[in-house]
Amino acid sequence: MNNERRSVLKASGSLAVLGLAVAAGLIKPSPAYASTVWNESAFKAKSMDELMKAFGGNMPIESKDITVIAPDIAENGAVVPVGAESKLGKTTEVSLLVSNNPSILSAQFMIPDGTDAKVNTRVKMGKSSDVYALVKADGKFYFAKKEVKVTLGGCGG
Amino acid sequence: MAIGKPMKIRAQLKGDEVEVKALMSHEMETGQRKGSDGNLVPAWFIQEVTATNNGKTVLQANWSQSVSKNPFLSFSFKGGKAGDKVVVSWKDNKGDTRMDEVTVA
Repeated sequence: MNNERRSVLKASGSLAVLGLAVAAGLIKPSPAYASTVWNESAFKAKSMDELMKAFGGNMPIESKDITVIAPDIAENGAVVPVGAESKLGKTTEVSLLVSNNPSILSAQFMIPDGTDAKVNTRVKMGKSSDVYALVKADGKFYFAKKEVKVTLGGCGG
Repeated sequence: MAIGKPMKIRAQLKGDEVEVKALMSHEMETGQRKGSDGNLVPAWFIQEVTATNNGKTVLQANWSQSVSKNPFLSFSFKGGKAGDKVVVSWKDNKGDTRMDEVTVA
């Protein structure tokens, strides 16, 4: 028990050190750093309108320079491999949205200089839905979407 | 160290980029599922993920409960070399954290 407590303290300690290093300017924070706070209203958004209000940006413009990486048909909605790639210059954020989920925003990625604007993860989908890649590039929002058919829902109870 | 099982992380040098793949161990409970007692199982999920290479942030992410159980993440960054230390850490909505590291191969 005590041992476990020790290691938890140690782990949070090293996180704190990281934070201090950033604060002291030892590690240069990326320009996107300010927006890395977990944005509760964004994660509660049920529509693109609500999401863009929470992000404080323009309504996104559809772009051919963004690719949604997702299957046409997902057999298991609990584990759907999705990703996004942006070829837009100065891409600083890539978010993955599932429009038919209870809350549409699944994951938001902050892309510092030197990191590819391409991320892959796996998400849960309650039912067939459009999957959106929402990209912030040079301060403006863009999107691409792809329909994914789900054979077996991923939020069953 | 810390909560849960260690992450499985791989950081591989491919050309001028380092490809990072991470598999985390977490329930990622949505808060919308009913348990065997008929009550809702409270939401429990990773909210924040940070990846660094030799101390420099190479990716930050904010997640919702709709990321799959035992989350997978992959991305690539430039400027890394063999022997660099890649650290991935997460924090969940209960405030628990975990941090694991791997050497770029």
